[in-house]
Amino acid sequence: MADIQSPLPGTFYHRPSPEDAPYKATGDAVAIGDVIGLVEVMKTFIEVKSEIAGTFAGYAADNDGPVTAGQVLATLDD
Amino acid sequence: MAISRLLIANRGEIAVRIIRAARDLGIYTIQAHSEADADMLAVRLADEAVCIGPAAAKTSYLDVARIVDAARQTGADAVHPGYGFLSESPRFARALQEAGITYVGPSADTIERMGDKVAARQAAQAAGTPVVPGSKGRIDTLDDAVATAAQVGYPVMIKAAAGGGGRGIRIAANEDELRKLAPQAQSEAQAAFGDGGLYLERALRDPRHIEVQILGDGTRAVHCFERECSIQRRRQKVWEEAGATCLDEATRQSLCASAVAMAEAVGYKGAGTLEFLYEEASNQFFFIEMNTRIQVEHPVTEMVTGIDLVQEMIRIAGGEPLRFRQEQITVTGHAIEVRINAEDPHLQFMPFPGTVGALRLPEGDGIRMDHFLYEGYQIPPFYDSLIGKLIAHGADRAQAISRLRAALQTLSIDGLKTTIPLHLALADDPQVQAGAVHTQWLEPWLDAGNLTPAATGGAS
Repeated sequence: MADIQSPLPGTFYHRPSPEDAPYKATGDAVAIGDVIGLVEVMKTFIEVKSEIAGTFAGYAADNDGPVTAGQVLATLDD
Repeated sequence: MAISRLLIANRGEIAVRIIRAARDLGIYTIQAHSEADADMLAVRLADEAVCIGPAAAKTSYLDVARIVDAARQTGADAVHPGYGFLSESPRFARALQEAGITYVGPSADTIERMGDKVAARQAAQAAGTPVVPGSKGRIDTLDDAVATAAQVGYPVMIKAAAGGGGRGIRIAANEDELRKLAPQAQSEAQAAFGDGGLYLERALRDPRHIEVQILGDGTRAVHCFERECSIQRRRQKVWEEAGATCLDEATRQSLCASAVAMAEAVGYKGAGTLEFLYEEASNQFFFIEMNTRIQVEHPVTEMVTGIDLVQEMIRIAGGEPLRFRQEQITVTGHAIEVRINAEDPHLQFMPFPGTVGALRLPEGDGIRMDHFLYEGYQIPPFYDSLIGKLIAHGADRAQAISRLRAALQTLSIDGLKTTIPLHLALADDPQVQAGAVHTQWLEPWLDAGNLTPAATGGAS
């Protein structure tokens, strides 16, 4: 198991826009550099990219919910 | 009826500003806040505070029903919307009106009319205010295009009538170029949108952003002269001045008079701003839009006129007639405001929410700082990055810049990255000092590497 943490405090989104599907679903392959979500900080959207490769195990933070810097957003299985 | 209990439906520095203005008028203040803003300075300063919902603005500062409820529950007889959020929402103004609560601003109908770009353009034309000349409708033939261009004046911008987002825009400097470019634009529009119709508009050369502050009581209106806000990044104002030194006196008078005519024509009530583009080469100004609220950069006007705009808008909302005749409003010196944002200017202006450490604020002749900071304050990441505004007033523009520079050197906000280094570099730039800027000036200046950690001594 590995964690993907939020680089900044803000609001976390699982999807590129409300109409789109989540970036990743459980079981999806994740490569280094893959976008797994967005953090909105002060009206700016920052892409959260995975720094590790693995299999997506699920989001650990709610969609459209507040997150703190360093909070775990998602987990990967090796 | 005079206002006695004012609810502030906003946050940050403008909420602090409104509380101070209301308190000076002897009004009881009630600060609305989200769950994330319970410890903000405005909450500490107000006589009373009321929570209106979770951190996300859509469930708090943008929620009409919750704010109207909060106003009712706290017995507020008026609401000040500040800027942003619900400050230009006809629905909000109407809901308050229906609840019997005074809205500090114009009527819902005026907000609606002036908020509609086409209706505002028509209102401007009806009041005799120039707008950017363009074709009346779509253009289908080359002869049409040539005839229209002769009327609106070269250079002209050629756009697809069906397009948007700047796609396929061409600029023709004269008729020869138009005859060459219009057919290209037509076939491209046909291919892209299935419609070869074109729209022509006069292309302004290096336009400056100039705006006029007005106050109206529903019958009469006055202007508080102009501001220039040409230094912008991504259409956001960065540095603002009162007045616009590029204008000659006759043009200034005609610009301000045209803003007053338009405000009176729509029976404007409250404080408002008419925004114009000004083309120096032709000495012409064109109305672009009206903001029916107080603006971020209002302090520069206050510094040069001595008028407290926030107090005046509260008095007008309370039913007082305008307290000034036009000839009583005069300008003394020059003022500049810079926006202090929690962003790292050396890292593509990445937002930098954090905890405010040691805070050193500048003081001195002509210096004002509007902000909502205190040591230990954790800036929430949910709202915009503006944390304060530093304003410098001087006898003339050169003195205002030199006071601004000295104040920027004193100002320090530990724990955050801010736009202070950007403003220091701008204050030292020869073109800024000469006032030789326009709305497209700052971004190329940044791209050219004028702001580097070395250039500003690495100060932050």
